[in-house]
Amino acid sequence: MSRRVSAAVIVFPGSNCDRDCARGWEAATGQAADFVWHKDGAMPDYDVVIIPGGFSFGDYLRCGAIARFSPIMNEVLRLARRGSRIIGICNGFQILTEARLLPGALLRNRDLLFICRDIYLRVENARSDFTAGYRPGQVIRYPIAHGEGGFTVSPAGLKKLQDEDRVVLRYCDPEGRVAPDSAPNGSLDNIAGLINEEGNILGLMPHPERLSESILGGDDGRIMFQSIFEAAVGAGGLN
Amino acid sequence: MCGNAGPWLEHGLTQEEYDRIVKLMKREPNYEELSLFGVMWSEHCSYKNSRAQLKKFPTRGPQVLQGPGENAGVVAVGDGLGVAFKMESHNHPSAIEPYQGAATGVGGIIRDIFAMGARPIASLNSLRFGRLDDNRTRRLLSGVAAGIAGYGNCLGIPTVAGEVYFHPAYQGNPLVNAMCVGLVDEKKIFKGSATGVGNIVMVVGARTGRDGIKGASFASEELSDSDPDKRPNVQVGDPFMEKLLLEATLEILERNLVIGLQDLGAAGLTSSGSEMAGRAGNGLYIDISKVPLREEGLAPWEIMLSESQERMLLVVDPAKVEEIRKIFDKWDLVASAIGEVTGDGHFTVRRGDEVLASVPAGLLTDQAPVNIRPQREPAYFQEKKKADFSRLLNCGDWADLLKKLLASPNICSRRWIYEQYDHMVGLNTVLRPGGDAAVLRLPGSRRGLALSCDCNSRYVYLDPRRGGAIAVAEAARNVACTGARPLALTNCLNFGNPENPEIYWQFVQATDGLAEAALALDTPVTGGNVSFYNEYNGQPIPPTPTIGLVGLLEDVEKRVSSEFKAAGDLVYVLGQSREELGAGEAHWLLTGRDEGQVPEIDLKEARRLNDFLVEAAAGAYLRSAHDCAEGGLAVALAESCLIGGFGLEARWRTDISTAAALFGESQSRVIVSVAPGNRAVFENLLSSREICHVHLGLVTDFDFCLEINGESLNIPVAELAAPYNESLARMVKPPMNEDAAL
Repeated sequence: MSRRVSAAVIVFPGSNCDRDCARGWEAATGQAADFVWHKDGAMPDYDVVIIPGGFSFGDYLRCGAIARFSPIMNEVLRLARRGSRIIGICNGFQILTEARLLPGALLRNRDLLFICRDIYLRVENARSDFTAGYRPGQVIRYPIAHGEGGFTVSPAGLKKLQDEDRVVLRYCDPEGRVAPDSAPNGSLDNIAGLINEEGNILGLMPHPERLSESILGGDDGRIMFQSIFEAAVGAGGLN
Repeated sequence: MCGNAGPWLEHGLTQEEYDRIVKLMKREPNYEELSLFGVMWSEHCSYKNSRAQLKKFPTRGPQVLQGPGENAGVVAVGDGLGVAFKMESHNHPSAIEPYQGAATGVGGIIRDIFAMGARPIASLNSLRFGRLDDNRTRRLLSGVAAGIAGYGNCLGIPTVAGEVYFHPAYQGNPLVNAMCVGLVDEKKIFKGSATGVGNIVMVVGARTGRDGIKGASFASEELSDSDPDKRPNVQVGDPFMEKLLLEATLEILERNLVIGLQDLGAAGLTSSGSEMAGRAGNGLYIDISKVPLREEGLAPWEIMLSESQERMLLVVDPAKVEEIRKIFDKWDLVASAIGEVTGDGHFTVRRGDEVLASVPAGLLTDQAPVNIRPQREPAYFQEKKKADFSRLLNCGDWADLLKKLLASPNICSRRWIYEQYDHMVGLNTVLRPGGDAAVLRLPGSRRGLALSCDCNSRYVYLDPRRGGAIAVAEAARNVACTGARPLALTNCLNFGNPENPEIYWQFVQATDGLAEAALALDTPVTGGNVSFYNEYNGQPIPPTPTIGLVGLLEDVEKRVSSEFKAAGDLVYVLGQSREELGAGEAHWLLTGRDEGQVPEIDLKEARRLNDFLVEAAAGAYLRSAHDCAEGGLAVALAESCLIGGFGLEARWRTDISTAAALFGESQSRVIVSVAPGNRAVFENLLSSREICHVHLGLVTDFDFCLEINGESLNIPVAELAAPYNESLARMVKPPMNEDAAL
């Protein structure tokens, strides 16, 4: 079986974690990722697509609202249907909800301030393609950096996410307790990351790439990229 | 006034300046020409009142690749890399419109960095506000922090370090100084020069509108109660546009399509065009009918003076114009050819074939008068040396005073501010905000960069010369605490009205001190900015020469942070502690008075300590190092405990008073912790390098226990942590129901 996984990082005007995502991916997997410009109407069948953080189109109108209309999003949809793994981080998550590839929406943080700091997450579902390298219930540390990360969804939508075990990461305290005040942004049900019904699209507000090398202060994020890599080569994951 | 007012008045010029212009031009200038002189000879653009003093600064050294005079200075950091860095003020706009004022301050300094061909990798800032228990101050602080965050976060440039202080003297005139640092290939440093007659002048980025017109003149006047009328002078920032401009500009530079470039900052096309021509000794014309506008009906002088943000001026080979247009088109940006480099030495403004203004470029850029103003030592200088420290000496409850200091606006944790800044984007931040200096790893290298901003303006006010030297020494020491060798500095010299002889005296003294320290510490000045006229209704700010300093770590893995790391480690204070209570934060907290002798600074000793810190860090002997600054030894020890989550068991018998031992601000002191196994080698190094030191005790897992001359403080760390960590957020937004508690 090939250990080669093709990965792309989509670049929108205003993306600013594009290089970081490629660097984090390479640090974790040893393989370089390509950059794909948002105006491209076609892209190869990448195994993994990363939609990075930043302020696509300045976050004007609404975070992710303009990016979803970029030509490349048709290709992201095509690859998603094909079964490629798609991960949207921060602004990437916002774009995926705007594109309706994931349910819900991201609201302004509870305190109305941008927050950049390390937070704790509990791995709620360690069977996904994105989290298989973690232990169920493991408490991990990722940074957040966003002004609009409070996840919300309709009551029916929330129940569906819970029933289908699609909430893969919840904000928690350092001991792993999930309480409303351990969600720094006021996220509904402390939701930090969730997957689609098919399980091949993950959206999350925290940044795995920012703690993917120990020199940065930790490497919990590296395991997420390695999980995706293993899922893609078919050596790990359960899908 | 009426009837016989000279034409110069409208342009902010004096009659002497007007006469000088007529003499130099050998004719009367027309209206358009006079408006060019008005901005180019303003203090903000011409440095006419500071130039003579800035010549004192040391600017050379083997590390300096680019000294003052360009968009930014550049120092060599090895591996063929250069670091471009500069600091600038945006004080007056921020006083009027805090969010946009601060945001565009960040935007402007970032453009200065990528104009050198450097990719910006970090931002810093230095802020000053009035009393924090005042609603306007809270609004200004919240707006400025949000503006810096809104701009820098969007661009993806991490804001990694800074400083903020509160003092009533900044009430009407806050300071917002922004610094940016970028990385550039040593062989690809670009300059703002219009070389090559026949080359094309292009303006790229945003369209030109009416915003920020005469901002440069506005920056050269004092503030007063009528200033809300000046809101139209404040520019409006569009960070998304700047992000596109940054990427597009770096792309054309990467492809070698550009000969010279410059940011369009203060005085817009006028200053950039004339400066680029002036540097090359060439002429240049701009045809205003070709400048893309945001709206119809701008007068020629409005187009030439507009400070619309997110624009750059390029000088390019005619054959490359199309390729540049294509790249900007990819980024959905406009790139327009608006003029040409000429051989006549004149800066010419045209509308089609009609010549509106034509002035020898050098007259605008280099011939402004160089004023050496009269100076007078203010009476306060001698008077305030005397001070009565009885309240501090007889305070009695040291633990209570320490808690109050840790919770006070000038010492408490700045987390509420720096967590609004994305300080991690770029994946280079390996020492985050909250310590003495930030450290960034340099991609593709083992080395790292340490960055710090500093100025204690109380010291500068009470003794400008010594205070100026201390500002440099503290910035250098902060950088050395991480294990980095201080390399070079930029500055932002914020003062009152230089036409006041007492202010000019402060300026001369402070720049003397700054120059002495920069020379002694081998940190040449590679550029900077002067901001005069920081006064509100005639009240000047304390002189505030902010220093931005860059240091180099040979091995970034050996960086040292300020917090304690392990129980059992040995704690030392390095440097000489003296009976120095003057100008201290504790005295200010107890009395509200700025007074007393500023602590001594021995620059040789400062240099020796820096060298020692670099050597000890390289040997991996230091577990932590933290500068002793405001609040003295007690505050520095408490901070090392709090940030690391440890306690302390320390005892010290000394000849100085307990008050001075705890809270005195003697300079050139650092708290270090050392693993017990390294004790012998560390102490040998201390004595061989002749570093004065005291072994104070141990890091523990328990309380903060400090005994000085038999008097002891025993405080649970949690009782120190809560006020330190939470007070800034509480002071910025006092909850309604806690009024009584405050």
